[in-house]
Amino acid sequence: MAKRTPLEVSVAVAEAAKMADVDVVAAYPITPQTHIVETLAEMVANGELNANYIPVESEHSAMSACLGSSATGARTFTSSAGQGLELMHETLYIGPSSRLPMVMSVCNRALSGPLSVWGDHSDAMAVRDTGWIQVFVENGQQAFDHILWAFRVSEDHQVLFPVMVHHDGFHLTHVIEPITLPEQEEVDRFLPKPRYPYALHPDNPVSMGCYAPPFIYSEIKRAQDEAFRSPEVKQSILKAWEDFGNIFGRYYMPVEAYRTEGAKVLLVTMGSFSETAMVAVDNKRDEGKDVGIIRLRLWRPFPYEEVRDLVKDADIVLVLDRCISPGAQAPVYSEIRSCLYQEENRPQVFSFTGGLGGRDIVVDDFEQMIDKGFEMLQNGSEKEFEIIGVRE
Amino acid sequence: MSNGSLGWRDIKPGAVVTEPGSAAAYKTGDWRSLRPIWDHTRCVKCGMCELFCPEGCVFQNDEGYFEADLSYCKGCGICARECWTGAITMVEEEE
Amino acid sequence: MNGTTEIRWHGRGGQGAVTSSELVSYAAINEGKYALSFPSFGPERRGAPVLAFNRIGEEHIRIRAEVTEPDIVVVLDPRLFRVVNVASGLKPGGIVIVNTKKSAQQLRDEFGFDSTLGAVNATRIAWDILKVPITNTAMLGALVKGREVVKLDSLIEPVKDRFGRIGDINVEALKKAYEETVISEGT
Repeated sequence: MAKRTPLEVSVAVAEAAKMADVDVVAAYPITPQTHIVETLAEMVANGELNANYIPVESEHSAMSACLGSSATGARTFTSSAGQGLELMHETLYIGPSSRLPMVMSVCNRALSGPLSVWGDHSDAMAVRDTGWIQVFVENGQQAFDHILWAFRVSEDHQVLFPVMVHHDGFHLTHVIEPITLPEQEEVDRFLPKPRYPYALHPDNPVSMGCYAPPFIYSEIKRAQDEAFRSPEVKQSILKAWEDFGNIFGRYYMPVEAYRTEGAKVLLVTMGSFSETAMVAVDNKRDEGKDVGIIRLRLWRPFPYEEVRDLVKDADIVLVLDRCISPGAQAPVYSEIRSCLYQEENRPQVFSFTGGLGGRDIVVDDFEQMIDKGFEMLQNGSEKEFEIIGVRE
Repeated sequence: MSNGSLGWRDIKPGAVVTEPGSAAAYKTGDWRSLRPIWDHTRCVKCGMCELFCPEGCVFQNDEGYFEADLSYCKGCGICARECWTGAITMVEEEE
Repeated sequence: MNGTTEIRWHGRGGQGAVTSSELVSYAAINEGKYALSFPSFGPERRGAPVLAFNRIGEEHIRIRAEVTEPDIVVVLDPRLFRVVNVASGLKPGGIVIVNTKKSAQQLRDEFGFDSTLGAVNATRIAWDILKVPITNTAMLGALVKGREVVKLDSLIEPVKDRFGRIGDINVEALKKAYEETVISEGT
């Protein structure tokens, strides 16, 4: 087994892209993603990584270059965050609709205004419906692992959709922590380079990205969605995690449960605050409270069955969003609630929003949320929504 | 592809169009209300009409004179406008 | 969190507080421990007060929030006392380790510290050895004297790696500060 190495998580992500032997990196630097693309540019310049680094003039161009690169069958990587991801927005839809595999690491950041370089999930939620496969990770090791996993899934002929790996800006990107780096031979075994079946080639000309008039647009979108939510894609996602575990010894699932046995109150979280929440769950379990936590890893395609199965015995579900949906329900909450609505014994679902624009949520905050859950269990609640840690 | 009978199952992955040169099937000549006529007594075979044709449908024949492929010529009149010897006249298309 | 040691570094932009916290993590992880290090996130300005943090333990560390209740506080710039309450949230039994010309007793009299203190004139050590007033490597030595969160020897390789051709003199500053740091038990 490889040794644990101290690495900044951004460097670990770049290292993963390098070990995946990417052919093309096209990216534009933006806080808090900068160290990832700086490191990759350096690796290419030093000759450590035999890839084409395209220093584009904007994120819009970065994604455009990636689309072209992927269309030739090259293994393609990019990374962005916050405002950069938003500038990339219109080109994000094209990869999924054209079935172009590639991987993007997204260093989640709040969106202006007010201007904030710090972390939350506003950028992730703004690109929710672009048609990318999306996962959230909780620590540096998972960030490293999921870059490799993402290439495997994205390029799988059963899949052929681009994959976003969301990892929180600063709380992950700027932390130095122990990362277990695998051997190159293990990575090569997990991640062969399958030939992209529709690669552009003069011998086999095709037109990509054609416009679609009303008579055909709906059929094309239906075909895309059917493929995206197909059992084949789901199986490939699960198989990639299983194979990853068999080679590297770390196993992942679409939804991860922690101390959910007999839990009356369940927390639902996503991303790097999940492990902090687990500490609060441990503390409350020590006090004899029946509380557990489920952490969403796979965000798109949404794991409905897994969520329903894990939540079925709970009475109260407390969902944490790190994003605000002005005038409506928070996005993760809304998804979970709608997922449970048809269930016969559906639990009460409560929405917490917090951790906006880089604000920490500490163990104590999570304990208070759990306490509120048990209070609701006894007395019910007139409210369905609360922003935590906001000064009056 | 121009018919509306394709179902979603017929869509190729990525909605690629695998038939090359399929735009050739669009016969834009139907749109024309004026057609260009070349007066060979004025034509100096300079080729400006061919260069300026936005449809790319003007070509040089065996005698070296120019003519339009009427399957695609939309009758826009740019060739007549640009012809510096005044060799091209736009005439009304017959019904 | 049980078994986790939390460190908060106080410095000014350019003094190397963030680097210090990183080097502690490198040393700890190379020793086989688990450790996190991170800066107070955001834009950086030379001269402005900055924070950096460590968590060190024997198991995978789950908490990523900024350290608000440190076991150890390290202060790279003595003038920060006048603008920041460096001992804020210090755990009972915790230690504040300071770069200062003053003695521990003078610090107690002047600023009312009652915790255990470590005092060292790191600025003079830095001027003497490095010829610049950058105190971060010296304060690593002071940290290890105050609390052995990592072995002194474990820091040598990370310091040499980070500083390249000035690695050796930084190791010298580290060792010198370790020798000179005076610990004064709390009242």
